[in-house]
Amino acid sequence: MQRNNLFVFTCLCMLFLFYSFTIYLQPLYTPSIPNINITKASEGRLVWQKYNCQACHQLYGLGGYLGPDLTNIYSKKGNGEILIRAMINSGTLQMPIFKIPERELLPLLEFLKMTDASGTSDPRNYRQEINGLINHK
Amino acid sequence: MSLSKINIGKLFLATALAMLILGLLLGVLASQTYIFANFMKVHNGLALLRPMHVSSVMIWILLGATGCIYSSLSSITNITTTKNIAIVQWIFWIVAIIGIFYSYLNRNFGGREYWEFNPVWSLPIAVAWLLFIYNFLKIVLKIKNWPVYFWMWLTGICFFMFTFIENYLWVLPYFRENFITDTTIQWKVNGSLVGSWNQILYGTAFYLMDRIKKSESTGRSRLAFAMYFLGLFNLMFNWGHHIYILPTEPYIRYIGYAVSMTEWVFFIKIIHDWRKSVPHSISKKKYFTYKYLMAADFWVFLNLGQALMMSIPAFNLYTHGTHVTVAHAMGTTIGINTMILLAACFEFSGWQSKISSKTQRILKASFWSIQVMLFVFWLSLNIAGIQKGIWQMSEHQTTFNVMMRSIKPLLTVFAISGFGLAIAVLMTVSLLFIKMISVKMDKTKILEI
Repeated sequence: MQRNNLFVFTCLCMLFLFYSFTIYLQPLYTPSIPNINITKASEGRLVWQKYNCQACHQLYGLGGYLGPDLTNIYSKKGNGEILIRAMINSGTLQMPIFKIPERELLPLLEFLKMTDASGTSDPRNYRQEINGLINHK
Repeated sequence: MSLSKINIGKLFLATALAMLILGLLLGVLASQTYIFANFMKVHNGLALLRPMHVSSVMIWILLGATGCIYSSLSSITNITTTKNIAIVQWIFWIVAIIGIFYSYLNRNFGGREYWEFNPVWSLPIAVAWLLFIYNFLKIVLKIKNWPVYFWMWLTGICFFMFTFIENYLWVLPYFRENFITDTTIQWKVNGSLVGSWNQILYGTAFYLMDRIKKSESTGRSRLAFAMYFLGLFNLMFNWGHHIYILPTEPYIRYIGYAVSMTEWVFFIKIIHDWRKSVPHSISKKKYFTYKYLMAADFWVFLNLGQALMMSIPAFNLYTHGTHVTVAHAMGTTIGINTMILLAACFEFSGWQSKISSKTQRILKASFWSIQVMLFVFWLSLNIAGIQKGIWQMSEHQTTFNVMMRSIKPLLTVFAISGFGLAIAVLMTVSLLFIKMISVKMDKTKILEI
């Protein structure tokens, strides 16, 4: 029995490693998003983490619940770069003022531009199928 | 105290209980941000309190799981582990805890969701875990014909290490520069990390069942092994149900959906079978271990129903990114993980048979208060989440602030019941903690390593 268990365990582990490495290799065959400075956006992700924006905000539903999801804040009607800057510099009813210097703010804006260009997190843009799956409208 | 007199299992369990007490207090404070948002924003309260609360609770589970394995192994085998290494492992954990809180209190963030502290403090955790792997393998490799809980512990320990390393792949620009892959890996990590410590805790639950029954019938049954492999399969592949709306490769979503539907079923069946087979007299002798395991069973049932619904993409569209997800996370962390760990603490403390009737009344009141408060807490979060879900699917959406105002009464109930829950848990945990650090070593070798 021990040998059979070891065999199943090893097979599952091999399958898991194969699946994991398939995901790790995705950047090699994923086309880059046009008009985005990837290096700058990647720095912006570190700024996002440095100020712990994820404590209150979400990206694709991952993060805190006190503030709204910011995946598509960059292109949302009535929002955009000017409003993002205003929110960060002046705060809101619930959001404190963040004194983020320009050298950090620019990569952060590029990062939000990249998340916006990557897709949509608005569930209204998805259609429910009869088999329980969802598809983009 | 000389090194030989230190009981490693109890050392880890007592440290874990201290982290739970801290986590409860921080959780109560963090929940106030939903009621007194204006006041708390002055000090950017949530950005500080949320990670401190989450880290404390995660360390409670990880140290508790470590303590359970050390205590169980010493009771199952007579093989002595390398005590010096276990002490060094504990010291690395203490260094990590101090570093993590130092990092938070200085607002030196920089990590990801659930691990927001400066990533440098992950190194002592990684070293401590490697020492744990060494100590664990040193004992179990000498034993033939493993019961199911050995397999579960091995899986949990090894997968935690793998996932913990994967959790920091973002430090490499190759991963960070591809946002979708990066986010996919982050969800993969979050799903698998929970799966890995669940393996350790469910393994402990199986061991406790056998220990109470004084037989190995549960841990060696074919059904237990079938359940274990199903759990392992889910740990590896079901995390895709977190990312249905992420524009990643579709096969990840299909695999996540299909695998999720197979989840948990065997586990409930085994616990129910076990409950029927435990004689009434035994359940009375080990009253609190039995009660907390049964409570875990109840919470498995509630969270199973919720998890299955949330894994269906059409429903997930309503619940993803809402408080339903928080309810599920809290329901499993407190309802399942903490109940199993408390059951283990009662068992390994060696205190259960000596409890006075007055203390027993306090512990029983605490037990029932925990269950009631947790249910109110869980329900209020679920209703708030459903309300948010309806809002996010609404064609004529009001602003986010208007929606948050509409769910404020529910979040107030959540905060108040959270406070009640913390008091109820503290009643039991503080008594357990005192007993854990004061009870002298048993002369039997049950807890001796």
